Amino acid sequence: MSFHPKMSYGTGLHQSARERPDPGEPFAFTPERRARLEEIALRYPPDRRRSALLPALHLVQEQQGYVSARAMEHVAEVIGVTPAEVEDVVTYYTMFRSKPAGTYLLQVCRTLSCALNGAERVTDALARKLGIAPGETDATGMFTLVEVECLGACDRGPVVMVNDGWHECVTPEGAERLVDELREKGTAALSGCHLRVEKP
Amino acid sequence: MTEPVLTAFVREPGGFTLEASIRHGAYEGLRKALAMEPGRVIEAVKASGLRGRGGAGFPTGMKWGFVPKDSPGPKYVCCNADESEPGTFKDHVLMERNPHLVLEGVAIACYAIGARTGYIYIRGEFLHVAEVLESAIAEARAAGCLGRGILGSAFDCEIHVHRGAGAYEAGEESALLESLEGRRAQPRLRPPFPAVVGLYGCPTVINNVETLANVPLVLAKGPEWFAAIGPEQNTGPKLFCVSGHVARPGVYEASMHTTLRELIYGYAGGIRGGRALKAVIPGGSSTPVLPPGAIDAPASFDGMIKAGSMLGSAAVIVMDDTTCMVWAAENLVHFYRHESCGKCTPCREGSDWMLKILQKIERGEGEMRDLGLLESVARNIAGKTLCPFGDAEVAPVLGTLEHFRHEYEAHVREGRCPFHAGWRRGR
Ligand SMILES: Cc1cc2nc3c(=O)[nH]c(=O)nc-3n(C[C@H](O)[C@H](O)[C@H](O)COP(=O)(O)O)c2cc1C
Ligand code: SF4
Ligand code: FES
Repeated sequence: MSFHPKMSYGTGLHQSARERPDPGEPFAFTPERRARLEEIALRYPPDRRRSALLPALHLVQEQQGYVSARAMEHVAEVIGVTPAEVEDVVTYYTMFRSKPAGTYLLQVCRTLSCALNGAERVTDALARKLGIAPGETDATGMFTLVEVECLGACDRGPVVMVNDGWHECVTPEGAERLVDELREKGTAALSGCHLRVEKP
Repeated sequence: MTEPVLTAFVREPGGFTLEASIRHGAYEGLRKALAMEPGRVIEAVKASGLRGRGGAGFPTGMKWGFVPKDSPGPKYVCCNADESEPGTFKDHVLMERNPHLVLEGVAIACYAIGARTGYIYIRGEFLHVAEVLESAIAEARAAGCLGRGILGSAFDCEIHVHRGAGAYEAGEESALLESLEGRRAQPRLRPPFPAVVGLYGCPTVINNVETLANVPLVLAKGPEWFAAIGPEQNTGPKLFCVSGHVARPGVYEASMHTTLRELIYGYAGGIRGGRALKAVIPGGSSTPVLPPGAIDAPASFDGMIKAGSMLGSAAVIVMDDTTCMVWAAENLVHFYRHESCGKCTPCREGSDWMLKILQKIERGEGEMRDLGLLESVARNIAGKTLCPFGDAEVAPVLGTLEHFRHEYEAHVREGRCPFHAGWRRGR
């Protein structure tokens, strides 16, 4: 990798000046989540506890909304690896956030099948409605807008994931309506995955 | 047209429960397998001609046969449920609506190679699907279809769901193992191959969800039944994902006699709005695009190679005549640049350069020499990387340059993108 200022190498995810994770508040798993982690760890051989690292980080994010540097230290201790090893993993996977996001993380799929069905216009409609650009959080702190790559539901594009929930076949007008409805009734506004013939 | 078997009951309310699944014959294949020598199970899978549905079409029975029979330590089966290839959404349906078929396939694979543990590595975004699998596992264990002494035999088998966290590269088999071991999803150097040194250094079989879902059918209905479906060497039922500019996008089950034309104009109801077809990607973003003249080829592993592309994950992405092919290439290269694991230089840096050149051309700032430069960058990636991702990321570029070079040239000549599709930004 070249570090000459005129060379634009590595402007992807591998740039050297990566953002530092937010240190965050002191962190420890709730007893209930810690117990769940120990249960999950039993799925792997006893000397392979590191396999529970991704599950542990999912639990952190469930508890805290993002993965802070303090949480990484806690996870390192619980799993038995170094904090650097945890950070190495956290910064690789796109689902782990090193900074807090809004209450609703709007993730618009931008890949080909969704794009052929108007995903660019859905992103633009959301950006206009919220007065922010993709990657930003709105002034109320309620919405963060990001673009993501293929979500594996390309027949129902454009797909928008809101936190862990799904909203399918979204139009620009539908996207604006979704923002209003999320404000009103929360994630109950989502269509969910259409394969769920039975609604929970 | 053959009757659907993998997806016969996916629309039935409650069809995913153990009770309904057993009514439809679930775990009969496992029962038959448990009455056979493990080696005979592998023979049956070989005789069926089943080829992997994950992308490469590798013969499944042969893969299982590579696992050393007399190694003393544990062995593992990993079910690849990463499903991240753009355009692909078939495993999603199988796991959510027919989870017991998938579990049964994993259990049979474990029995055949002598493993007692199977992991289903599922992409992190499929949280709702992971929950369906978890409850199916609990149901199956309670009914004695999984766990200790399965179906009254001496065979023990546990299956666990393992969620990824957002990484396309985790679908590559050796990167999947790294991820399952709690590290970055970056591939391993091969050999040794996973069949010999895989998960935790133990012999491991990695198969796609759809591949494993076919295994119970091979056992229950017999390898001859399976081999009689579809063309020679391209046997068995196949799921096709059709998306893009079609009237009825979705998952369709058919034999591999089916042509791209039948998939697009028959199953998927033709091009939306009655427009003309411009291009079709037959097997997901990693396979080269084909022009309309090629759509009478059978959508089989061998048929697509003959047509100049690949069946890949059978993800048929359809583009109508409003689509700009430079933009389409740019869209997919953006995906690859984002997903490159960064381990090798041609892939990591090359994807970035290809994207920059494509963006420049699409903006209308390209020069004719950029076309040669783009092709040269692509040819310096293909075949020069640690994993097949490198070949995958150049497919959108080389495919569009081969069949739609005139569109690139029109961008340069006119100094702008000549297409004005209403579904695109600001048009
Ligand atoms: C970059 C890359 C991504 C892949 N993604 C997937 C995937 O999401 N799902 C899958 O089943 N196979 C995927 N594969 C193919 C796997 O490496 C492997 O070949 C496959 O799971 C083997 O299963 P099969 O023999 O049943 O086809 C990918 C391969 C590469 C190179
Ligand atoms: S080809 Fe790309 S994805 Fe594969 S190992 Fe190299 S950098 Fe990683
Ligand atoms: S392209 Fe959007 S879900 Fe696949």
